[in-house]
Parts: sequence; structure tokens; C-alpha cells
Amino acid sequence: MGDFAVLLTIFVLAIFVGFEVITKVSPILHTPLMSGSNAISGITLIGAILSAGSQKTQVTMILGLAAVIFATINVVGGFVVTHRMLRKFRRKEE
Amino acid sequence: MISPAIVNLIYLLSATLFIMGLKGLSHPKSAVRGNLLGAIGMFLAVIVTLVDKQIITYDLIIIGILTGSIIGTVFALTIKMTAMPQMVGLFNGLGGGASLLVAGAVLLEAALLQKGPGLQFTIATCASGLIGAVTLTGSFIAFGKLQGLVTEKPVRYKGEQIVKVLLLLASIYVSVLIVLNPHITMYYWILTGIAGLLGIFLVLAIGGADMPIVIALLNSYSGLAAAATGFVLSNYVLIIAGSLVGASGIILTKIMCKAMNRSLANVLFGGVGAVLEKADESDIYEGKITSTSAEEVAMLLESSRKVAFVPGYGMAVAHAQGMVRALSEELEKNGVEVSFGIHPVAGRMPGHMNVLLAEENVPYDKLLELDIINPRFKDMDVVIVLGANDVVNPVARKENNPISGMPILNVDQAGTVIVIKRSLSPGFAGISNPLFAADNTLMFFGDGRAKMEELVKAYKEL
Repeated sequence: MGDFAVLLTIFVLAIFVGFEVITKVSPILHTPLMSGSNAISGITLIGAILSAGSQKTQVTMILGLAAVIFATINVVGGFVVTHRMLRKFRRKEE
Repeated sequence: MISPAIVNLIYLLSATLFIMGLKGLSHPKSAVRGNLLGAIGMFLAVIVTLVDKQIITYDLIIIGILTGSIIGTVFALTIKMTAMPQMVGLFNGLGGGASLLVAGAVLLEAALLQKGPGLQFTIATCASGLIGAVTLTGSFIAFGKLQGLVTEKPVRYKGEQIVKVLLLLASIYVSVLIVLNPHITMYYWILTGIAGLLGIFLVLAIGGADMPIVIALLNSYSGLAAAATGFVLSNYVLIIAGSLVGASGIILTKIMCKAMNRSLANVLFGGVGAVLEKADESDIYEGKITSTSAEEVAMLLESSRKVAFVPGYGMAVAHAQGMVRALSEELEKNGVEVSFGIHPVAGRMPGHMNVLLAEENVPYDKLLELDIINPRFKDMDVVIVLGANDVVNPVARKENNPISGMPILNVDQAGTVIVIKRSLSPGFAGISNPLFAADNTLMFFGDGRAKMEELVKAYKEL
């Protein structure tokens, strides 16, 4: 199997896993699910780190730096705000 | 240095944690743990990337991560819960923007090294730039609309669809140019510029009440942009995490569309809320509206056993949720059974009302979804509708109107319906609401918070 076919296989399977995992989400949690998954989409930070640290040219490093800042805000802000929200969700006698 | 095999195994561990995290996030009991698992997965992925042999210098990475962490944490800890929709929108946009920048940097690198990049690389770069740019600008416009910086009304004009189609065609055309000439990196920035405009026009055309759908859709896009970047870098964890988020966003979008009985295409390109049909309000309302006072409502509540609140965006605008909680506590002290009916699209983002009420320490087992509370309304003595309109409009059960077939909360079946509202003005759908004129409806006109305050006071004094 060529490289592209492997990546495409992973992509398609992950989409199906995503559908299966989320399908029965409780409506109470729509917002935290969104902000939590949003934080996970900040995974692009991995790519940003590779660009910012590659030292190939100044331009790519600056693009990488901007990407690292954006993605880190997304990741850190997303997980923290989700945690803050979720701590408020309580049952009656808890 | 660790071998690529180990790096990929750690990425696999991260991906597993993301899946378990998302699974946890879909149930109230496991949600906090789910979020933590996701964060641990991210932490592992970042650490293992930092020791990757491709990295030569750490200066910029450290500066970037520190800056981003500080900004992100400060935002996340200081933001008011009422401003949560904007915040989610903003974070979303930054994620899309980061994907766009990474793809751009990698393309530039390839051009400088005079590598002949393969088709997968160039097509993925275009997808990343296109989706990333739409997510970035679209989210910023959504942020502007929610923050009140951009008009909440749908901006529609003649030839609007043509503008969007032309922008999309232009993006595809430039993408083809990039695939054919990957060494001319200027094309990439032209592509992101055009796609950015497309994002602006797409979201400008969408009105306030459709925001839950747009926010969910942009959430999905930010994931897909990350997945596309994964194809650019041939990186498994980006592809997996990105497509998980893409899938979860699509599911949320579908749930939101279903709750409005509209297709996604209709939300994006349709005209709801654009042309307000001049409904003949005097016909429906004249002589049939009964106004009420805090004392009268308090007396009604005094003799009630079961009471429900139905909040809408108006509650968020008036910041009335604290008073709602106060009244519900007073009622419960007197043995009244209190519940909350939450429509899936009430508010400006999926789950908006739940977050506001949870912030006020309303236990989540009292927040009931549509299917659960609807059969119970007929047993309710009093239902208090606060700042909601279209989601309780019985016209939805009839044919040929903008909200036909939309699932609504059947509050009209309750003994008495109290509607707290500033005026009889129509909701987002632009149609009048026969509920206000119903025999069992009492209108309690005024600002949501002020009226709830009066009500709490009147009820306590009984």
C-alpha cells in the first residue's frame, strides 16, 4: 500500500470512529463537546512546532511562530475553558 | 533522539486518548475526565514532537508556546460564561488560521529546497489553505456578530449567491495553479485571500438565530483543516485528531439542522430571516392579549405543583439566569417540582442555555431536552417562557410558513403560560406567535431580568 493510501485509510476510518463516538452525545454537553473537540483540532500545533524549529528560512520560521501562537491559544484556551465549564455541571446532591 | 517508530507509537497513544476523551465528553459523568484525557493526549504529542530530529532551534517554539499559553489561559479564565459563544468561535478561527500557516510554511520550504512535491502534498496544501482560511475569517465574522461588532442580521443582497459561487470557483482555479506550479508560493497566499473572502461572505449572510449551526459547522471545518495539514506533513496524529473533530462537528451540525427542520444548504444559502414578511399582527393579537403583573403570577405559582421554565436567547441578553435560579429555588422550598425545557437551538451556540444555567448551579438533571419534557407539559400548572419565541411558536405545526415542521416545545399544552418579553415583536423567523394570544397565555411585558426580579420578590412576599 502506498503512503497516500495509508493516510487516506486512516482518515476515512477516523471519520467513522468520530461518528460512532459522538453520536449519542447528551444535549446538555453540546457546548463543552464543541470547545473540547475544538481544543483537539489545535493538534495542528505539531506541524507548527516542526515549522518554527526547522531553521530552514526566516520566513518559514516566522510563519511557524505565528502558527505556534495561534495553535497554542486554541489548545490551551480550549482545554482550560472546557474544564471550567464542565466543573459547573453538577447533579443535585453533589 | 528517538526513532520515528517510537514517535509514531506515542502519536498512536495520543490518538487513542483523543478518542477516549471525546467519548468521555459525550456523557455528563465522564466529561471532566474526558477533557483531561484529551489534554494529556495533546501534551504527549507535543512533547514527542519537541524531541523530533527535524527541530534545530527551540527559541521560537518556546516563545510561541509561552505566548500562546498565557493568552489562551487568560482568555479562558476571565471570559464570562455569557460570552462563551464568541470565545468558542474565536478559538476555532485560530485553529483554522494555524493550519493555514503551517501548510503555507511547508509549501514555501518545499519551493526553496526545489523539491518536486507530489500530488498528495500540493492538493492537501490547497485543501488546508482553503478550509483554514474559510474557518479563520468565518469564525472571526461569527465572533463579530456574537460580540455585536457586526450586524446580527443576515446580510443579503442581489447576486449574493453568485458572489459566493465565483469566489469558490476562483479558489478552485488558483488551487489548480498551485498544483501545476507548486514553486510559485504567491499563488498560495492568493488562494488563502480568496478563501478568506469566501468565509466572510458565507457567515455575513447568516443571521443570529442560525449561529448554533454555523458555529458547529466551523468547528467541523477547523478539524478538517487540521486533517488536511496532516496530509501535507504525512502525519498520522494530525489526520486522526482532525478527522475526529471534523466528524463530531458534522454530527453537531446535523443535530442543529434537525432541531430547525432545515437542511444545511438552506441555512447557508436560504433566505430565512432575510425578508421579513409583514405579518398582519393586529389580526392575530388584537383584543386577545392578556397582560399580567408580578403579583398575579406569584399567586398562580403559589397554587402550582409543577412549574417549568423555557429559556431562550432573551434570557442570555437580559442576564436573567441568576434570577431564574433564584425563583426556582424559592419554588422548590415550597415543594414545587421545577424543570427546565431546553430547545437544542435556543441561544447562539449548541448547548448555550445549559452552560448559562449550569453556571448558576442549576443541576443538570433538571435541564430536560425536547423529547423528554414535551409529553410532560400537559401536566404542568405553569410554564414560564423567558426570552424565547420561535421555539415555542405553535405555527410550526402548520404548513407553509418559515418554521413549518420545526420541533417546538409544546408549552401551549400547560395550564398557564407566562411569557416574559419586552414586546410582541416577532422572533428571528419574522412571524407572529399565536401562543401570545392563546386563552391560557399571560404576557408579562418588560426586561427579562427586571421582571424575574419582581417575580421573585412578589413570590417571597406571599
